[in-house]
Amino acid sequence: MKVQSYLRKAAFYLLLGVIVLQAVFPFYYAILTSLESGQAIFDVNYLPHVFDLSNYKSAFTNGVFGHQILNSIFVATVVVVLSMLLAVTASYSLARIPFKGRALLLLTVLSVSMFPQIAVLSGLFEVIRMMGLFNSLWSLIFSYMIFTLPFTVWVLTTFMRKLPSEIEEAAIMDGAPPLVIVRRVFLPLLWPAMVTTGLLAFIHAWNEFLFALTFLSTDSQRTVPVAIALISGRSEFEIPWGNIMAASVIVTLPLVALVLIFQRKIVSGLTAGAVKG
Amino acid sequence: MAPQSGLARQRTRSAWVFLAPMLFVLAAVALYPLLRTIWFGFTDASLTSFGSARFVGIRNYLEWLDYGDGNGEWLGLLVDGRWWSAVWNTVRFTLVSVTLETIFGMVIALVLNQKFPGRAVVRAAVLIPWAIPTVVSAKMWGWMLHDQFGIINDMLMRVGILSAPVAWTASPDTAMAAVMMVDIWKTTPFMALLILAGLQMIPDDIYEAARLDGVGPVRTFRRITLPLVLPAMLVAVVFRALDALRIFDIVYVLTPNSPETRTMSVFARENLFDYDKFAYGSAASTLLFLIIAMITIGFIYATRMDLSGTRE
Amino acid sequence: MATVDLRNVSKSFGSVEVLKDVSLSIEKGEFVAFVGPSGCGKSTLLRLIAGLEEISSGDLMIEGERVNDVLPAKRGVSMVFQSYALYPHMSVYENMAFGLEQAKLKKDEIARRIAEAAHMLQIEGLLERKPKALSGGQRQRVAIGRAITRQPRLFLFDEPLSNLDAALRGETRVEIARLHARLADTTMIYVTHDQVEAMTLADRIVVLNKGRVEQIGEPLELYENPASRFVAGFIGSPKMNFLTGDAARQHGAATLGVRPEDLTLSAEGGLWSGKIALTEALGSDTFVHVDTTLSDKSIVARVSPRERFRHGMPVYLTPAPERLHRFDEEGAPVRG
Repeated sequence: MKVQSYLRKAAFYLLLGVIVLQAVFPFYYAILTSLESGQAIFDVNYLPHVFDLSNYKSAFTNGVFGHQILNSIFVATVVVVLSMLLAVTASYSLARIPFKGRALLLLTVLSVSMFPQIAVLSGLFEVIRMMGLFNSLWSLIFSYMIFTLPFTVWVLTTFMRKLPSEIEEAAIMDGAPPLVIVRRVFLPLLWPAMVTTGLLAFIHAWNEFLFALTFLSTDSQRTVPVAIALISGRSEFEIPWGNIMAASVIVTLPLVALVLIFQRKIVSGLTAGAVKG
Repeated sequence: MAPQSGLARQRTRSAWVFLAPMLFVLAAVALYPLLRTIWFGFTDASLTSFGSARFVGIRNYLEWLDYGDGNGEWLGLLVDGRWWSAVWNTVRFTLVSVTLETIFGMVIALVLNQKFPGRAVVRAAVLIPWAIPTVVSAKMWGWMLHDQFGIINDMLMRVGILSAPVAWTASPDTAMAAVMMVDIWKTTPFMALLILAGLQMIPDDIYEAARLDGVGPVRTFRRITLPLVLPAMLVAVVFRALDALRIFDIVYVLTPNSPETRTMSVFARENLFDYDKFAYGSAASTLLFLIIAMITIGFIYATRMDLSGTRE
Repeated sequence: MATVDLRNVSKSFGSVEVLKDVSLSIEKGEFVAFVGPSGCGKSTLLRLIAGLEEISSGDLMIEGERVNDVLPAKRGVSMVFQSYALYPHMSVYENMAFGLEQAKLKKDEIARRIAEAAHMLQIEGLLERKPKALSGGQRQRVAIGRAITRQPRLFLFDEPLSNLDAALRGETRVEIARLHARLADTTMIYVTHDQVEAMTLADRIVVLNKGRVEQIGEPLELYENPASRFVAGFIGSPKMNFLTGDAARQHGAATLGVRPEDLTLSAEGGLWSGKIALTEALGSDTFVHVDTTLSDKSIVARVSPRERFRHGMPVYLTPAPERLHRFDEEGAPVRG
């Protein structure tokens, strides 16, 4: 009996170890590689044995990588702010005001969030050319609305539904018109949900690749995922893996930090977005 | 004083005012481009001249090319072997990846649902792959799967599974497996979290009752856990499947130009922007949209998912 | 002029009619309670008056003005909610100021009104606190304070005591009575399912049942002369005893009602015989439950605690003939 329970415990912790290891190892290995340079990269190592920052130095001194990071930050931030602005009032309507066609509208919003991006790519390309936004960061800000906006509306709507109706009625009795209810009563109560949603939208926008690859054409305008994808050597054998890994670590570290800090919030946002709360 | 409108009227009016900007943006960014994409699929548009595109009927989808001597051949997307192999690649990728992600996700969710010291840390660690940009994951794995210097080959050779290094991403036999591996690694956390959320909604006393009735762990899982977590799991599967059907990033970065891994999205984008067959690519995009829409409707119907959000 | 005048007001949610043809007039300064079992429509009626629900048909007048389509805040009405509905992110002061800011009052006027209300309710020390740092009773006072500062013509209470524990409920009830006395000009409407609250607080009571008004009257009037069997059974604690069958027929009624205090209990002799099933000694009174052949339910009689009746004793019950309530098959009282 006792032996069996020990064995079961050991098996459980072994499984746990495997789960953690597979999750963390690729990132660990990327860090390891990024700290090696020259010939050292081509020896497979499992444990760190050198600490060489030259890949990081060259990432920031050669080319426009710093600029590209700023591009990514700018795009993701503006996208989050804009979609929040549009989503808060919209989700108030969807969550709180009964009107004809509400269910259909909600379904439409949800189905847009499942849109395959490629299905709108050629049409969007035309729109962006028409608006003169090609190779401008605003082309991404505009096009990213296709996934951040439905997502934020959907998640905020589920959160907004959970707020007690008597608070809203008290505000109505106090004479607050809908916009004041949203701004002064609901918004402060929704902060936690907004942080969650904003964070997820930020990560989405930060990671987006297809639009960024298509709508931007010059190096200095690119966002980091595209920049990293397009780093290449003159031949198969000259791919600068050290630089790629250093760049990868730089763009990933902030995200990993965010995930570790806001773990609970992210989980609640993900599940609210998918399983109705 | 002028007569005031009732509360309901004021609120309904505000609802539409509040919704209007969002609906406008969605129309501009999703509806209009979608309609234009469908339109381009019926024209002879090219990358440089889509303004002057002319209607050509279904020529991009299917066309009989007459050689003039009584012989001829069918042309167009519907008879394009490359397109159908892309469709098959996508479906194959989706089936395998989503199935394995569901299984692994379930295992991880069951583990995380136990109480053990450091659970919060483990949960955070499990989330890491999800947070890493897809492009970066593809690059990291591309490096780990490198034929000469990759650590995966090194590991497998050390433990004796492989005798010689494998060119994972370049070899036709393993390219799709490599793509699946990266996708499974990256998105299993998402699956695990959604299933975990479902697991945590199951009240403890049900397990307590099962234990008192002497039901073994396997039977408990099959008869209690699985049925109760199934709705949450199905929702997760639908979301993941839709996501998998439009896969682009991993393939583009990890195995560029490999016919074994060319998916529908990759095929469409190649035609749109690399081969300057804008109309043909638009037609492929349209078909991809139709396929995904059909699968979605089928899924919703099969699982009777309640998406309207009106039921509390 | 009546403060509130409801004329043939009906309300439907879809095909369900929750209020049917309600007519009612409430005078200035009156304290009126709406009572009835859950689902009787009392809360809906209050929400119609507040303006939170739309009236399906009929007219609602406040001080002579038809307000069916007037926004809640323009009706001169304040409401105290069951859950208090304080804004959790605002301090007590901000909670009370919010409605006044919406009405575009000047800052010093807002401060003056809040100070006055805070003084009246003895919550001056709490003005900087957030609702989470308040006890249930304090929250209740703040909710009332928020309603007072708007200086409404009409005060609405939606089951304001139901979230408080028993001890606090009694205390707060007294406080609301005092508030009513102090704001003599303000009309108050109070919704409750607890007839004791209604009896002790209200000038008049409106008894609702299944969306209809059963009776309107002063508390004692309802108690003495219930207009229906339903009212007779709803008002009074313990409940009125109801007898059907022969005992009722002898008095020319389908149902005969008699309150516990109108029965005399005797070991020697009387009208109805039975056996004591249970005695409840409350100190001031003793309630004796008697099993008889007249009804499947025990008949309850109130006796003085000095009288000693024991479980199992055979006893006789005699009702005071002038205090009998007679009802016909439909539950309407039999006159004459």
